[in-house]
Amino acid sequence: MATEALSVPRPRWQTGLWAWITTTDHKRIGILYFTTALFFFIVGGLEATVMRLELAQPGRQFVSPDIYNQLFSMHGTTMIFLFIIPILVGGFGNYIVPLQIGARDMAFPRLNALSYWLFLASGLLMYGGLLFGGLAAAGWTGYAPLSTSVFSPEKGMDFWVVGMLVTGTSSTLGAINFLATILKLRAPGMTVHRMPLFVWAIMVTTAMVVLATPVLAAALTLLLFDRQLGTGFFDAAQSGNPVLWQHMFWFYSHPAVYIMILPAMGIISEVLPVFSKKPIFGYKAIAYSTAAIGFISFLVWVHHMFTVGLTPLLQAFFAFMTMAVAVPTGVKMFNWIATLWGGSLDLRPPLLFALGFLTMFLIGGISGVFNAVIPVDWQLHDTYWVVAHLHYVLFGGSVFGLFAGIYYWWPKMTGRMLDESLGKWHFWLTMIGFNLTFFPMHILGLLGMPRRIADYFAGLGWEEYNLLATAGALIMAFSTLVFLYNAFLSLRRGVPAPADPWEGNTLEWMTSSPPQAYNFEVIPTVSSARPVRDLRLAKQQKGGA
Amino acid sequence: MIKRFIRSAHLRKRLVLTVAVTLLLFASPAAAEPPSPLSPASPTAEGIANLYYLVLAIALVVFVVVEGLIILSTLRFRRKAPGGPEPTQVHGHTILELMWTAIPALILVVLFVLTFQALQESGDLPTNPLRVEVIGHQWWWEFRYPEQGVTTATQLVVPVGQPIIFSITSVDVIHSFWVPQLGGKIDANPGQINTYSFGVQEPGEYHGQCAEFCGIGHPYMPIRVTAVSEEEFAAWVQARLAGSLPPSEPLLARGREIVETGVCAACHTISGTVAQGQVGPDLTGFGLRPFIGGILENTPQNLARWLDDPQVVKPGAAMPDYGLSPEEIQALVAYLESLQ
Repeated sequence: MATEALSVPRPRWQTGLWAWITTTDHKRIGILYFTTALFFFIVGGLEATVMRLELAQPGRQFVSPDIYNQLFSMHGTTMIFLFIIPILVGGFGNYIVPLQIGARDMAFPRLNALSYWLFLASGLLMYGGLLFGGLAAAGWTGYAPLSTSVFSPEKGMDFWVVGMLVTGTSSTLGAINFLATILKLRAPGMTVHRMPLFVWAIMVTTAMVVLATPVLAAALTLLLFDRQLGTGFFDAAQSGNPVLWQHMFWFYSHPAVYIMILPAMGIISEVLPVFSKKPIFGYKAIAYSTAAIGFISFLVWVHHMFTVGLTPLLQAFFAFMTMAVAVPTGVKMFNWIATLWGGSLDLRPPLLFALGFLTMFLIGGISGVFNAVIPVDWQLHDTYWVVAHLHYVLFGGSVFGLFAGIYYWWPKMTGRMLDESLGKWHFWLTMIGFNLTFFPMHILGLLGMPRRIADYFAGLGWEEYNLLATAGALIMAFSTLVFLYNAFLSLRRGVPAPADPWEGNTLEWMTSSPPQAYNFEVIPTVSSARPVRDLRLAKQQKGGA
Repeated sequence: MIKRFIRSAHLRKRLVLTVAVTLLLFASPAAAEPPSPLSPASPTAEGIANLYYLVLAIALVVFVVVEGLIILSTLRFRRKAPGGPEPTQVHGHTILELMWTAIPALILVVLFVLTFQALQESGDLPTNPLRVEVIGHQWWWEFRYPEQGVTTATQLVVPVGQPIIFSITSVDVIHSFWVPQLGGKIDANPGQINTYSFGVQEPGEYHGQCAEFCGIGHPYMPIRVTAVSEEEFAAWVQARLAGSLPPSEPLLARGREIVETGVCAACHTISGTVAQGQVGPDLTGFGLRPFIGGILENTPQNLARWLDDPQVVKPGAAMPDYGLSPEEIQALVAYLESLQ
């Protein structure tokens, strides 16, 4: 019996607001995450700018201590939960992972859409306090008893707790989706040792999300019970223990910081090979170091609690594990440098930001080691030294990695090129502004300045460095404007982007820029970790022959 | 507004007190040097500073080597012209990779051993200590000397050379007790007692402040350690216990009257008067204290500002605006500043 080829109508892009609201396409959901997270980046940045303006001089000039406390609390919450995690995992993860593994979409497209809308809702919830007299003001860490209703009666705190529960739900659902997608939907021939290192990073990250986030949800639930139902989990007077909050919170929040850095490291592992025209040095070492970091990250949380008064032997275990995590991290650093070494380096914005990442993350990683040496931590904990350290790894690390990814994948996602000259301005202004803001903070910590203070005593030697940091913050704010201008120009009248503007290695460069709704005409079969390079070389050979 | 801490001299005659105490507290320099862990004034802090320098040395070497490689590779291998052939495709190098796994691991093992040793030593409690109970409040520090029977606030007077064992707790939220030049910080947890110890080596004034975010007054919870000779400390204790006699001078007497019969006694204690309130800081010897409300330098003008409306000075402070009249404020300022 003869069979006829079936003629299936090809899915086409639909336009209009309703199409975006109802989309289940991973690329559109990625863009929704992207733009929403970028909006929150600006909100968080404005919060930081007001804080820096206040701290430029001792005395209270612009905001009351109450407002300042809301600012720093929401700055941390916004940057972590409403910017970095959503933009790296929800933004780039969603857009790029299915393309890189040769799939047509995520395993559960509707669940994917739900994750995005829960994320947006969580952001609105957390800021809902604005309508009820004030935002949460107990820090992004919400330590009990300060965060209980006795000491923080404002409704904004409850909105924060509920918002955090919703964002955790969004993350966990998304993580399940990524794990199913990566484990089950890879193209033929793509073994786990041939999948891109960005995909490895997302896989380890989302495994961590699934394991850690429920613990935060439990902590938040207990806090909500204490606040609303009169229980006393964190109340010493009711035989509860405030320190319990810290254990539960940090059990999640330490892995969370690796959730924030691993995807950015995955981006670096993508950009360096393309822009040095070499394979990544030590693919398996990087892949397994990523997994090792993910695993060890669950065994270090008490290093945030060295001043709490816990048993010394317990503290020693966690100091050891904290130092241990530096080993796989160092392996990755050396492998990245070895990728550059002997390469042909194309110093355009993606690589510039990757190089910035390497330097800034090196500093941040080194400063963290000081905090692992417990008695030294007793001096440095809760000071501006920690503020310096965390920003070097989270901004110098994650955000620089993010920008490397933005410059790298922008042509693919938008079909337009970003202006290279503006990109270089953006890079250098960010480097200068960032270092001017945060390097002096190491010194402030060493001069005894605690963190989370709306005001500081004059005459202690803290004025000059605070002024420097504020100047740096203003440069950083300006550098962001440069980027936004570049983005705007590109979308308006940027040079149209080819499918593969960088001579990339991985499958996303096989698709058009931007890809069709169905991603690939035919799902490719891969036989190496650099399938698009294989195709390119084969074509060159054919041409030459 | 917070001003510089330049001690101004108030010398008052006293009936009971030795001159030594007053000389000590007004002759000592202001806390003018930064409260840095790297300017240690106790063996405890010095040990930590030395450990810091060791880690710093290792950190600098690592940074120079690794950053050097990054910069070197960027400069040496940058593409001179677009296009061009692919460089040699190197996928790995087993020996190198083993080395840059093993060497950092070794460095970290050394660091861990040093950390463990320092941690062990920090647990040793001294013999013959001075015992001080530290109680964190929103937003001030209470200090009790149980063996001397003295209670005070914000300013911690201690004898040089004698190790102190601190028992630290809180009555409300988590605070953290920290005087960088003397020791590491230790949290003040409600319902728990943490123990820490250090001894001050040099006489002087040392600045510290609460180091765990505790709410709206967190920036204004300083600790001023005043380290004096053993004799001066003993004299200070004696003065605290003796308390203040009723003054004869009318303005001062009026001030004392307001304290004893007005709102002050409900919250504050002044040794020798009927004011024995336990809610707020002990004000015995207030004239010698460095701070008002943990925020203003202790001067008569500042005290008048504080008494006029504490909420404007330190929003959220537990002390409300009592609507004191200018006459009452004048008397109170005179009286409180007279307390030695």
